[in-house]
Amino acid sequence: MMAEYFKEYFTLFMGAVLVNNFVLTRYLGLCIFFGVSKNLNASIGMGMAVTSVITLSSLLAWAIYNFVLVPYQLTFLTTVVFVLLIASFVQLLEMIIKKYAPTLYNLWGIYLVLIATNCIALGVPLIVAESAYNFPQTVVFAFGSGSGFALALVLMASLREKLQLADVPKPLQGLGIAFILTGLLALSFLGFSGMIPL
Amino acid sequence: MTVSLWRIFYNGLFTQNPIFRLALSLCPALAVTSTVMNCVAMGMSVWFVITASNTVVSTFRHYVNPKVRVPVFITIIATLVTVVQLVLAAYFPELYKALGIYLALIVVFAIILARAEMFAAKNSVVPSFFDGFGMGAGFAGAMILIGIVRELFGSGTLLGYPVFGAWYDPALVIKLPPGGFLIIGLLIGIFNMIGDWREKRGEVKAKAGKNKAAAAAAPGGAS
Repeated sequence: MMAEYFKEYFTLFMGAVLVNNFVLTRYLGLCIFFGVSKNLNASIGMGMAVTSVITLSSLLAWAIYNFVLVPYQLTFLTTVVFVLLIASFVQLLEMIIKKYAPTLYNLWGIYLVLIATNCIALGVPLIVAESAYNFPQTVVFAFGSGSGFALALVLMASLREKLQLADVPKPLQGLGIAFILTGLLALSFLGFSGMIPL
Repeated sequence: MTVSLWRIFYNGLFTQNPIFRLALSLCPALAVTSTVMNCVAMGMSVWFVITASNTVVSTFRHYVNPKVRVPVFITIIATLVTVVQLVLAAYFPELYKALGIYLALIVVFAIILARAEMFAAKNSVVPSFFDGFGMGAGFAGAMILIGIVRELFGSGTLLGYPVFGAWYDPALVIKLPPGGFLIIGLLIGIFNMIGDWREKRGEVKAKAGKNKAAAAAAPGGAS
């Protein structure tokens, strides 16, 4: 019984981290991905901030969706409600962290603002609502998605640091080569797709 | 007047093309571009939302307290996106399914909020309409371009009709997510090359004493 549960959640987690990696196969969070991945330290901070924020906000959105929107047949308002919910939740989180954990705020503060209206912060709750996950599944999926994002971000940042030494054709410099690099990274992640029978 | 409106439109269409020049709102641009039809649907939806949101934001710009402007803008955009979602779900259920959550994610497109904040909140209704219209056109055009490349080489078809003969063996990788990244990277490169070439030509023209084309009318965007 326990092993069954463990297997299910492990599959869900690995699926979210590697197979359906948020950046590399679902194309979510690209603005942050390309913006932050220039610097390795920043990308580690951002990865952790995104993981914790989307885990918490997905839970909140899950609760609102299942206990308010579905019972009252307001699911057509999902988009509006989720956007406002997440934006205000992130603002609240920012204020709380600023007040009670100033050290943490100095590390993460600037990233929180970026997360507030971002496709990954909205995408995870929407996928959770669409797939009708239950509470533990939501936790595992959101945490896995965040970790996958962080993994891709850190890998990309390391690659881009090496890239600074490379001689790139002028029109491709900057964003162009970053995209091609991401494409190659995504290609290598395709190798994971056989790992989990879906 | 007509000339400046054309400038605003053209600015969105090419000079500050949201996808290739500003690299904003890329997530959906990549995710749904494996076929041309999806690109058309997504492009049209965004075109509508950005034009309408610019117009609405500009109409109400004097009534919105600057302190709460961002939540107000987001609510306006989210409402418009919901309208698009409901219309597509009612009349084009297949497209609605194909676009999936990416349709809802139009809400967080940086480009829409950026135009509302930078242009519509400061300008009157008519220029704002054209700014949104141009940006939307630039976005839709870029989407369709990516869609054509990906569908043509990824499955050898256009809008579902076979283009190449039976000899063509479709490159599956272009249809898969990595192909999207590669194609966009290359297209950005091509766009930069064209931009550089135009700039050079513009400099030559300016030297010749002719009136230089007005540079980008609006300030650059932020992600």
